[in-house]
Amino acid sequence: MNVVANKTDLKVVGTRPIRPDGVDKVTGRATFGADFFLPGMLVGRIKRSPHAHAKIIKIDATKALAHPGVKAVVTSADFPNIPSEEAFVGEGPTNFRDLSRNCLARDKVLYEGHAVAGIAALTAEAAEAALDLIEVTYEVLPHVIDVEDAMADNAPILHDDIFTQGVDPKPTKASNVAKRVQFAKGDIAAGFAQADVIIEGRYTTQPVHQAYIEPHACVVSVAADGQSTVWCSSQGQFMVRAFTSKVLGVDMSSIRVTPAEIGGGFGGKTLVYLEPVAYALSRQCGKPVKMVMSREEVFRASGPTSGGTVEVKIGAKNDGTIVAADVVLKFQAGAFAGSPVAPGAMCCLAMYDLEHARVVGYDVVSNRPKVAAYRAPGAPISTFGVECAVDELARKLNMDPIELRLKNAAKNGTKAVYGPTLTNIGLIETLEAAKNSAHYKIPLGKNQGRGIATGFWFNIGGESSATIHINEDGTAVVATGSPDIGGSRASMAMMAAETLGIPYDKVRAIVADTSSVGFTFVTGGSRVTFATGMATVQATENVIGQLRQRAAMIWDIPVDAVEWKDGEAVPAGSNAGKFPPLTLADIALKAARTGGPIVAESAVNAQGAGPGFATHICDVEVDPETGYTQILRYTSIQDVGRAIHPSYVEGQIQGGAVQGIGWALNEEYVYDKNGKLDNASFLDYRVPVASDLPMIDAILVEVPNPRHPYGVKGVGEVPIVPPMAAVSNAVRGAIGIRMPDLPINPPKVRAAIDAK
Amino acid sequence: MSKIHVTATINGEVAEFLAEPSQSLLDALRDNLRLTGSKEGCGTGDCGACSVMVDGRLMCSCLMLAPEAQGKSIVTVEGIANGEKLHPVQQKFLEHAALQCGFCTPGLIVAAKALLDRTLEPTDTEIRYWLAGNLCRCTGYDKIVRAVQDAAAELRAAR
Repeated sequence: MNVVANKTDLKVVGTRPIRPDGVDKVTGRATFGADFFLPGMLVGRIKRSPHAHAKIIKIDATKALAHPGVKAVVTSADFPNIPSEEAFVGEGPTNFRDLSRNCLARDKVLYEGHAVAGIAALTAEAAEAALDLIEVTYEVLPHVIDVEDAMADNAPILHDDIFTQGVDPKPTKASNVAKRVQFAKGDIAAGFAQADVIIEGRYTTQPVHQAYIEPHACVVSVAADGQSTVWCSSQGQFMVRAFTSKVLGVDMSSIRVTPAEIGGGFGGKTLVYLEPVAYALSRQCGKPVKMVMSREEVFRASGPTSGGTVEVKIGAKNDGTIVAADVVLKFQAGAFAGSPVAPGAMCCLAMYDLEHARVVGYDVVSNRPKVAAYRAPGAPISTFGVECAVDELARKLNMDPIELRLKNAAKNGTKAVYGPTLTNIGLIETLEAAKNSAHYKIPLGKNQGRGIATGFWFNIGGESSATIHINEDGTAVVATGSPDIGGSRASMAMMAAETLGIPYDKVRAIVADTSSVGFTFVTGGSRVTFATGMATVQATENVIGQLRQRAAMIWDIPVDAVEWKDGEAVPAGSNAGKFPPLTLADIALKAARTGGPIVAESAVNAQGAGPGFATHICDVEVDPETGYTQILRYTSIQDVGRAIHPSYVEGQIQGGAVQGIGWALNEEYVYDKNGKLDNASFLDYRVPVASDLPMIDAILVEVPNPRHPYGVKGVGEVPIVPPMAAVSNAVRGAIGIRMPDLPINPPKVRAAIDAK
Repeated sequence: MSKIHVTATINGEVAEFLAEPSQSLLDALRDNLRLTGSKEGCGTGDCGACSVMVDGRLMCSCLMLAPEAQGKSIVTVEGIANGEKLHPVQQKFLEHAALQCGFCTPGLIVAAKALLDRTLEPTDTEIRYWLAGNLCRCTGYDKIVRAVQDAAAELRAAR
């Protein structure tokens, strides 16, 4: 365990400098995935399934290959047929076989938009014209879209090798229910027996897309000797290397992945879609191939997160003590098993100190694109149901919703329903800050309501590598393996500068390629500032050790008689005052004479990520005539451990809250009766725009994490956990009706008011 | 079909290029002229990441055909700064941390400058409606609105 630096001693951490990559990003210089060009580069496109569910009888590319300009066509026959194998490379479990079959369908297509072939041509026009010449013969199968339909006995079965895991005895009949998970504590029957009041509710959410503004993009170049280079936008260059290596069956050392700037991910870029196809195309024709998805392809064939059903039963005493909770979750996985139902189940009751509780979850496949991680995967869905039910409990008991939560809040030492005992948690601090906020005291007007909701996300640590170079002039470069998705270069440079005792602008932080820095897990799980930050601080401490040695050599005194203070080596103990301090520049200048370049590394598997808790307050006004819900005020209060760069921490909180508001009010996937997506565009899939919103107030509560040298806890994901319930609870206050089904759009609100 | 020869003024310089008749201005800027600051987020005029000025008017360059640029004056994000000196909108985006991933930023910079070219006294509501055609998924717009207000204040003070 580290001693967390005292806040008053910090000079750089906690300030708001301009990010190192900022100027490039406001002037158009920054190079994102689609901004990369190579000489002789071809344009790649994907042929996609028009059917929700069908057998592939035959693919004939003869005519396409004969089209002028076409250089290569690939199908799943160009990939090895790999066996089922689970791995943790992205965020959460990934099955390599399924990943391969999602990149290019084998035997069956499982959703409209499922990739069936790739093509590379001299021009986009040639590639697009030839797509139509790839002849695919299908045998169309019955399809199923909705989760409860997919669980029904007579549902069309997507995979004949899925037998529900986690049930006893092991089923003998194939099912769309891939897995049942359960987390339990105490005896829920005994718990409910103590209840004076019981609240029951059924809540549903729709699948929503991460909707990063940058579509997936890559350039892949495979040389004749099998060495390849990939330039792409992703949440992890090492993830891209691992997945490409696995899907193609080639050595990792033959693939070098250079991370481009990433135009948003939110979890949706923790896996690959295009890179293995571009690799196979480039290998076939010997030229670099660029592939960029259209927005329509992004909607139809990448992401989204699950839609789900949440059944909640909560029992409490008249004084507000919650005595039992029982939750059932049914999550859409999309075409392949692997929804985030387990983390959803683990997170949804973590805000409460409960003696008796149970959460059961079902992971269900249906003919939709395979879900991808989306910011705190699973937790927003399950928490929506639980926090709506807790709000109903507060109303039934006539208790203030914050007081009810304070009475039952998880605190240090609480054993969570999913197992661990929580420590260093700041939930109560966020609730107190919410209660004392100016927002909570503002009186409400007619047709207005206020909603409170809390949320939890684990935050993770994991593997990260960092290298620090002291340059000849005494400045420093920090190289890490974490793509910078929202200001992490700034936080790395700040932590290194703080540790070294030099100004922020003397440290340059970069994101290195897979052949230039040690393995680093994805930018996801709210892990980068915590885990890669820990690697950066440790590398910096290692380099300080070297700097002290160099100073000891220059002075000819023992190394333990040299201290590092405020960016300088100073003689200490009996040598104190004997020599003038040596600055970083002084030592760097003499590096060649004291042992050569000054470089240090650190590679960590960071443990002890602090838990993330937040409390949100949302005020709405509902127009009873149109059913339109206007967000009037919004305040997010979050325990962030310690904010390295408070502006970017606030930005995570504000952005997450607004994504949650979109999830609550507008966003959904709409299917027609043939299983085709009806709204695959930003016009019809409406994310929040500037005029929909008020300012989003972010209140940072700092309960430092003792497992990080500067007290960091992850901050990026928990902001999206409370908003949907906060909005629904506010609408409940405004119109007196619970809106249990997302999105809470004007037609639904108007219908609910009419039915009252 | 043969390509069309286009001559336009781009960021103050005369530029010539050959465009496919069906090519968008955005694709011509990015692929022919390698001005990749303008981004394609949708290609259907819904996200604003490709915003440019065409003869002083804010446009989605994905919705304009490249041959239509003939004789026009076009300003992209690459033409907003004055040499090494950032425009106040660019500087305030940096100071307010009004970007996270930075992908929508070029379009927002062009659009915000277009607003401030019209008025230096925008209300928050005016800023929000003016920028409603520029999607940002990272920031929740809060810091963007503040950055534009601060840029307006700086330009007012310099007036």
